[in-house]
Amino acid sequence: MWKKYKDLLLDPFFKNNPIALQILGICSALAVTSQLKTSLVMSLAVIFVLTFSNLFVSLIRKHIPGSIRIIVEMTIIASLVIIADQLIKAFAYDVSKQLSVYVGLIITNCIIMGRAEAYALQNPPGKSIMDGIGNALGYSFVLLFVAFFRELFGSGKLMGFTILQSTTEGGWYPTNGMFLLSPSAFILIGLLIWMIRAYYPEQIEEE
Amino acid sequence: MPADGGTKKTILVALGVCLVSSIFVSSAAVGLSAIIDQNKKIDRITNILQAGDIEYANQDPEQIFTEKIKSVIVEIESGNVADEANLADELKPENFSIMDVTKNPQFTSSISASNDVAGIKTKPTHMIVYEVLDKEENVEKYILPIYGKGLWSTMYGFIALDKDLQTVRGITFYQHGETPGLGGEVDNPRWKASWKGKTLYDDSGELVLEVIKGQVDQSSDKANRQIDGLSGSTITTRGVDNTIEFWLGENGYGPFIEKLRGGA
Repeated sequence: MWKKYKDLLLDPFFKNNPIALQILGICSALAVTSQLKTSLVMSLAVIFVLTFSNLFVSLIRKHIPGSIRIIVEMTIIASLVIIADQLIKAFAYDVSKQLSVYVGLIITNCIIMGRAEAYALQNPPGKSIMDGIGNALGYSFVLLFVAFFRELFGSGKLMGFTILQSTTEGGWYPTNGMFLLSPSAFILIGLLIWMIRAYYPEQIEEE
Repeated sequence: MPADGGTKKTILVALGVCLVSSIFVSSAAVGLSAIIDQNKKIDRITNILQAGDIEYANQDPEQIFTEKIKSVIVEIESGNVADEANLADELKPENFSIMDVTKNPQFTSSISASNDVAGIKTKPTHMIVYEVLDKEENVEKYILPIYGKGLWSTMYGFIALDKDLQTVRGITFYQHGETPGLGGEVDNPRWKASWKGKTLYDDSGELVLEVIKGQVDQSSDKANRQIDGLSGSTITTRGVDNTIEFWLGENGYGPFIEKLRGGA
């Protein structure tokens, strides 16, 4: 029983990562990862939304009529996203300005809809919460991984603190502008997928 | 798989979910709106203080703002300071929101394509100007709101002008969507600091400041009227240059500055 919960929580990190294996939620992974701080706040927002959307969908799963299930899930997800957005605006105003529309776009993040459809609709609340947290952490892991390299090489900083003194600030490190542009996130995610699949060869699709 | 319980149940579930969700959403919105509004206000004030190069560390920005800054409403076309009593509510200094006013067709007029260097299509009929007062209540600097198109976004900011009406005292952009690290470097404190002391107008009142591509040659006699471009962001740099050209030119604050010169 406990092992099952543990698997639900940990599998989405490497074995069944929503971004790396299922290739979902790429859009926001490109958009918000130029800084570690924005990625962290985005990750927290996704953890909040995904955990509770899985919980609520699972709680009423026996009452949701099949014909309107998608729109019911969307309503729950959208409400949670609005609440998350308001909370960020109230308590992390600077970050909310940088995240701008991307918090709102969590509504359309395929991971959340995907977990509600694929998991919470068939499973009891306890397991659904674990699945939600697990997948959100898997997503966060990729986001933070990408953001770490993008912020470090792109601006020579981590969490806004200078690590490599850049030439624009009078230091020695010529910042690599490519890391600040979205395509670098593609490259980093590609490398991550490569690493994960080298470790778990069963993830490699057949030709 | 969820069971189907007929039309009646479908409607009931839909209504129930909507009702519960709306209660959650509205209580969050109402409960947090006071904090969010306060955040917005502090954010705006600190940006004005930053543009005006006013020290506010460890102090309440709101208090400094009320002490040191006087807001006036300027009629863009004529350059006159408007009489507040006759203004619409939205244009009164205490309510003036640059975002709202510049998006309201009632308070904007279109700019002909040839004059629209900043790419903003319309300009407000009135604009708020912040006067920074010294201890004797004399105007020390003018803080002028500006905005114009960058690469991805409209960049909103302030530029501070010395009382001599020639020297830049500071600049800041408080809202933009430029690429972080490239065009987003308009937020770089070092770059912003490089604006201080630059000459905006020459002695004949001609706008001479420009943001150039690349680095300013310090030995050049034009060095004090040129700003380094942001490397890797040609279009953002051009946007900043155009924004300055528009707002400090005759279609922007030109008439207002002309009036100030005449009066001085």
